[in-house]
Amino acid sequence: MITQHLPILQVIIPLLTAPVCLLVQDRRFAWGVSLAASWTAFLIAALLLDQTLEQGVISYELGGWSTPWGIEYRVDTVNAFVLLIVTAISSAVLLFAQRSVAREILSTRIPLFYTTFMLCLAGLLGIAVTGDVFNLFVFMEISALSSYTLIALSEQRRALTAAYQYLFMGTIGATFILIGIGLLYMMTGTLNMQDLSQRLPAVTATRTVETAFAFLTVGISIKLALVPLHLWLPNAYAYAPSVVSAFIAATATKVAFYVLLRFMFTIFGASFAFKSMPLSFIFIALALAAVFAGSTAAIFQDNIKRLLAYSSIAQIGYMILGISFASVTGLTAAILHLFNHALMKGALFLSLGCVVYRLGMANMEQMRGLGRLMPWTMAAFVIGGLSLIGVPLTVGFISKWYLVVGALERGWWPLAVAVLVASLLSLVYVWRVVEAAYFQPPSPVRAGEIREAPRSMLLPTWALIIANLYFGIDTSLTVGVASQAARQLLGVSE
Amino acid sequence: MNVLIGHYNYWIVIFLMMAGLYVVIAQGNLVKKIVGLNIFQASVFILFISMGKVEGGTAPIVTQGVSLYSNPLPHVLILTAIVVGVATTALALALVVRINEAYCSVEEDEIHQQDQSF
Repeated sequence: MITQHLPILQVIIPLLTAPVCLLVQDRRFAWGVSLAASWTAFLIAALLLDQTLEQGVISYELGGWSTPWGIEYRVDTVNAFVLLIVTAISSAVLLFAQRSVAREILSTRIPLFYTTFMLCLAGLLGIAVTGDVFNLFVFMEISALSSYTLIALSEQRRALTAAYQYLFMGTIGATFILIGIGLLYMMTGTLNMQDLSQRLPAVTATRTVETAFAFLTVGISIKLALVPLHLWLPNAYAYAPSVVSAFIAATATKVAFYVLLRFMFTIFGASFAFKSMPLSFIFIALALAAVFAGSTAAIFQDNIKRLLAYSSIAQIGYMILGISFASVTGLTAAILHLFNHALMKGALFLSLGCVVYRLGMANMEQMRGLGRLMPWTMAAFVIGGLSLIGVPLTVGFISKWYLVVGALERGWWPLAVAVLVASLLSLVYVWRVVEAAYFQPPSPVRAGEIREAPRSMLLPTWALIIANLYFGIDTSLTVGVASQAARQLLGVSE
Repeated sequence: MNVLIGHYNYWIVIFLMMAGLYVVIAQGNLVKKIVGLNIFQASVFILFISMGKVEGGTAPIVTQGVSLYSNPLPHVLILTAIVVGVATTALALALVVRINEAYCSVEEDEIHQQDQSF
């Protein structure tokens, strides 16, 4: 039966689409086939999530080699949820891409763009689906190498240095993860995640395992741009082509966050990570630094894509804060925010993509008077911004609510206050854009030339905005899945 | 003393790792940085390879009269990691070529200056 092979199809379909795009070298064909592959992947992810919710964990043995010798693909609620959001974002972004890419990337490079996009998607999905730590490293490098290429496809020359910087940080991060994996293998003789989690408790008291833990934490933190390891992120997001910013901002750091969850909770176990190691304390400090430094830096940005990039750093802080509670509510909040932040950042970067499509840039200067000139685009930006602040009826509110509840549950009320204060900071930077767009007149020279973005771009943007509102009102799916995922990670029964 | 000599492979790994990282951080030349990154990655390859050594074991090829083999798995892993490393180096060099075309320089401070004045 084909449904039995869903975990591998999830990865193999985008992976095989990549060379097809490269060989055919036709822009429209490449777009069509990538879009089809992405939607198929989305369908598969939805089926997988449905299966895991009904039947529990799916284990798939690659090539029929039994675990722990062969590579196992293992799908539980956590990664099914991650697969769903990654494929959903890539499907929306690809729908948007055709017009946007034609304007922002040299036409001869467009088939190459779809090739690398598919490779990146395959890498991200592979990271999420695999149950083998070395396989995870390889997929991580596939997605990372292709995302450096995607960023460098931009016509701005600063994108090149941004990609170079990202490549260095990313490779050091990945190599740290490789060292961690090596040290774990040294102590346990296995690479399978389940096997590791069973064999590790016997040797956790050794310095080798503690070193492995440190290397893995730092390596993954670079990948996920946790302050103070975030320096690659602002330029990479700001100078990449708009579609790439939207895709990477919404998925890459989320998948890295999933990797962190997997290592901390499934492999090492919460009691080692948060009781034997002082991770709770470190993560709270870094998360608060990320939230406040990121939000403050965002306020002073002139380039709106950079502004959103700094806001991403702050949002990553919220997720890290969620897991530092090491409780079901905190973890639920973190997983919810992973999903919700992907929705809001995807929508916001896509609406900026519309602005760049018409104006060529997205600085504060360009935003002036856009509320009247591009009403649908700016309305999308405003709703996305409200979601970022965490206004009720948007998804941002839901995850912040759980975060505050999680903090209060543990009696750490100053953290709850900090979350609320930081929300005010995000109000400031979102307001700066809104003020420019709605309360300043457009410069008279351009006013006549600028029209609303084409419908094929507004449609995916609004699809994500509507998802922002829908999951902000009907939370049964997201909260249900997230709390089940949190319980699975912590090993708490229903 | 035993700690020093008995673990000499790890000392080499640590030395190479630190040297590589230092070059990445301290060098302003984009190509030299890539060299540093390669040294850093090579140290990890050695870490894995030396991990697979089994005392008294021979190469993992089935032969008569031999029952003790080195562990082949780390070698296989590192073969993959080397491929990843080569791809990374190729991509980094390609980026440097394009940076050189765009900025007419591969020195970090000169590129930074051009970005600021722009």
